[in-house]
Amino acid sequence: MNGILEVLRRGGFGQLLLTHIELSVLALLIGIAIAIPVALAVNRSPFWSAVAINIGNIGRSVPSLAILAFALPIFGLGFVPSLVALAALAIPPILINASTGLRQVDPKIVDAARGMGLSGRQILTGVQIPIAAPIIFAGIRTAAVQVVASATLATFIGGGGLGDLIVEGFQRNDIYIQLAGALSVAVLAIITELGFGFLERAFTPKGLKVARKRRGK
Amino acid sequence: MPSAGDPSQEGVVEGGLALLQGLELGEQPTVDWDWISRNFGDEILPALIGHVYLSFISVAIALAIALPVGIFVSRYRKAYPPVTFVTGLLFAIPSLAFFALLVTIPGVGVGPFPVIVALVAYSLLVLIRNVVAGIDSVPAETIDAARGMGLTKRQILFGVEIPLALPVIVAGIRIATVTIIGIATIGAYIAAGGLGVLIFQGISQDFPTKIIVGAALATLLAILADVTLLRFQRLFSPWTRRAGRA
Repeated sequence: MNGILEVLRRGGFGQLLLTHIELSVLALLIGIAIAIPVALAVNRSPFWSAVAINIGNIGRSVPSLAILAFALPIFGLGFVPSLVALAALAIPPILINASTGLRQVDPKIVDAARGMGLSGRQILTGVQIPIAAPIIFAGIRTAAVQVVASATLATFIGGGGLGDLIVEGFQRNDIYIQLAGALSVAVLAIITELGFGFLERAFTPKGLKVARKRRGK
Repeated sequence: MPSAGDPSQEGVVEGGLALLQGLELGEQPTVDWDWISRNFGDEILPALIGHVYLSFISVAIALAIALPVGIFVSRYRKAYPPVTFVTGLLFAIPSLAFFALLVTIPGVGVGPFPVIVALVAYSLLVLIRNVVAGIDSVPAETIDAARGMGLTKRQILFGVEIPLALPVIVAGIRIATVTIIGIATIGAYIAAGGLGVLIFQGISQDFPTKIIVGAALATLLAILADVTLLRFQRLFSPWTRRAGRA
């Protein structure tokens, strides 16, 4: 235990943690900035929605190590190539959930909103997005957990982060460095998972919670 | 032996330099098809087979655990939240960290064993959740009818609930399999074999062809598993096909 704490107190640890968080947060933001507008753009067309969802499904099948490894020959080593790869990894879950979430909104509700005289934009921002919010947010949560986990692999293409510690532990055959790296990554991932779970509940509009209770769910 | 001034040799050197410069400039490198055809039998194929083996064993073990656990928690609902919480935490642990933790356990060491343990742990959440959701999706009227026909609890479970839950369970197997094929690539880092071997060797040898072959095959394998299991999913739910046509 002391050996692990010693590694955590080393000067380099803070920097590795910071790089890990930087990589994850930036990748997630870029992923959201690309996936959400695309989902909104294809929302009106069943054909393009299906295309977006299918591309998302294929994208989700690509192993994260494969995406990072693909980035190496194209963009080289370092932080930016890792960021590009991690952002690409964040897009599919958000795109799938946002597209399906928006499409799953009951057409009767959209009809009712149109009958009340709401414009297309008002229906989107006032009705469809709030109803789809929990599903969209679940996609962001999946992406976030995946990005934090995969940022560990950035070490293999020189992107830094906590994966550096695990690799250093293996290379030096030092169990403490290895454990310090593994445990800190695991804790970071679990915090992300639990934190986003909390946010997900916060993002569920009040009206939906009431409706769910009434249905006895 | 070609002399120093041999024009064909100069061409090779220039080509090599151009490839190196291309890498430095970050341009897309060319795939060395010659290497692929020369090493298909003794490098690529064994890695692919090793990968299929790792993934298949892991999903099979995970299913053997998830089915009874899922059936149990669908009966004893109080056990469901803690089970999803624990398996959810396991699922959140990054694979490289999971492997690194397992390897430090005395007597475990590197190799396929810790990788299979981690892959099984990753599959549990999705599989258990889908077993429970599948059993939940069976309409209460159907179970009532089965009971009215005089079926025992055991007969209802195996003859009615599980067959009707099968599409949802297979959907879970599909998600778990695709996830596991992806994560299994990282297992190569702790000497478990599989397609990750090609990726890691490609990175350390600075040889893009190996990276691309390993990554592309892992991706294709995942997509193939996805498509195949989707077929099964539809095969086990003939009623949705009929409903779709009507």
